[in-house]
Amino acid sequence: MTPNPVGPEPGPGIAARQAVMALCADASRSELEAALARLDVPAAEDLRPPETGLVMATGRIGGDGRPFNLGEVSVTRAAIRLADGSTGFAYHLGRDRPKARLAAILDALWQDPAQRARVDAALAEAAARAEAERQQAARRTAATRVEFLTVARGED
Amino acid sequence: MYVAVKGGEAAIDNAHRLLAEVRRGDTSVPELSVAQIREQMALLVDRVMTEGSLYDPDLAALALKQARGDVVEAVFLVRAYRTTLPRFGASVPLETGAMAVARRVSATFKDLPGGQVLGPTFDYTHRLIDFALAAEAEIEPAAEAEPRADAATCPRVTDLLAQDGLIEASPADDGAPVGDLTREPVNYPADRALRLQALARGDEGFVLGLGYSTQRGYGRTHPFVGEIRVGEVALEFVPEELGFAVPLGRVRLTECQMVNQFKGSGAAPPQFTRGYGLSFGQSERKAMAMALVDRALRAEELGEPVTSPAQDQEFVLAHCDSLQATGFVEHLKLPHYVDFQAELELVRRLRTEFEQKSDAVEMQEAAE
Repeated sequence: MTPNPVGPEPGPGIAARQAVMALCADASRSELEAALARLDVPAAEDLRPPETGLVMATGRIGGDGRPFNLGEVSVTRAAIRLADGSTGFAYHLGRDRPKARLAAILDALWQDPAQRARVDAALAEAAARAEAERQQAARRTAATRVEFLTVARGED
Repeated sequence: MYVAVKGGEAAIDNAHRLLAEVRRGDTSVPELSVAQIREQMALLVDRVMTEGSLYDPDLAALALKQARGDVVEAVFLVRAYRTTLPRFGASVPLETGAMAVARRVSATFKDLPGGQVLGPTFDYTHRLIDFALAAEAEIEPAAEAEPRADAATCPRVTDLLAQDGLIEASPADDGAPVGDLTREPVNYPADRALRLQALARGDEGFVLGLGYSTQRGYGRTHPFVGEIRVGEVALEFVPEELGFAVPLGRVRLTECQMVNQFKGSGAAPPQFTRGYGLSFGQSERKAMAMALVDRALRAEELGEPVTSPAQDQEFVLAHCDSLQATGFVEHLKLPHYVDFQAELELVRRLRTEFEQKSDAVEMQEAAE
């Protein structure tokens, strides 16, 4: 199997959408429920019912060379359409179908420029929690930074 | 040859009911939750994910609970589960250079751009049983420090050596299709990508033993750990309906860059060669052993004599999978009555012939 091409360089709109998708992927289901509770959400219908499947994770030989198949990851996807016709998608690690559906609704809402700021605000708490965890992990790791010294032996 | 048997239905049902009760153990002891296994037996979960070839910590923890902690049985459950799921496709190749590093050590350079961080490690512990863990003791919170300015970027050690041309480059991505041994049977010789897939899901004990054998002289490669890094990497996938890379979340990985004996020829200046290991979770022993065996399996490519088991790709690839190995070994305990009857008949007939022959010899000797 050939790994997916990275495709053309995403525009600024895509990069921002990817950032929201990454935030939803890192968030818990209850965080996404809380975010949606802060928004007026129109009825959503499934374009495709939430479904769990596999993605083959590929690595690169030597870290930067030819791809190889490392092993699969479980992934759950959802696709919805809001009453106004806009569509939203989500692909997440794991098997949480309700969570993927919530993220797909958030993706659809976020794509509406009129709603974008409100969606970002609704997700701010989850974003802050994720950022705080990242920083704490970095600080804990930094405390284990080591300086090895080589010791000269024998008579000088 | 195995011939099917029937019967024993009630006994089998009852054996499985008994298994369920024995699995639970003494009911006066609280039951383990899947979350407890995931959080507190994390390295075991990592091993089941790596050898089960499926990244899903909750599923691996559940499989371990069901398997009563038997790693190979848990791997079997995970592999069986994956066959029930559709495959959406292959990911964008993981960018381990962009890893959020939780641990990074090098045995070749003490001063690395980005620094060396020990992270959570058993290294340098005294390996004395800590009886305090038997009681529910309070844990001292982990120390924290301000990350230094250079901590955000950790170039690979192999990139540092590559700048001076002192180490071979990774094989270039030529866009050729990547073989997948879960889809097509392995044909020999297998290319390096396919070998790495097999080693990545191979049994840790088997791969470790083979890696060790190269250190003891059976296909020596003179290895140094250029770098081991453990941490989280974003995994991305390009769904057809979207056409751009969607972030799926972050996966924890262990990567080992082994720097091995150099070679050169009249035409090429001497340079170090490499072995590569990559595994799910924090699995340093596995990633290191994988890198050793990856390098050993490149013997032919690098013009070295193939004389040892770790250099023989058919031997390594055909035997490194714990599920295949256990399937064939453990099937021996299933009823082989018909098969054995045939053998029994044969031995009886041969013995009769043998006895008749010796009787005849004795009679001849007596007559003379």
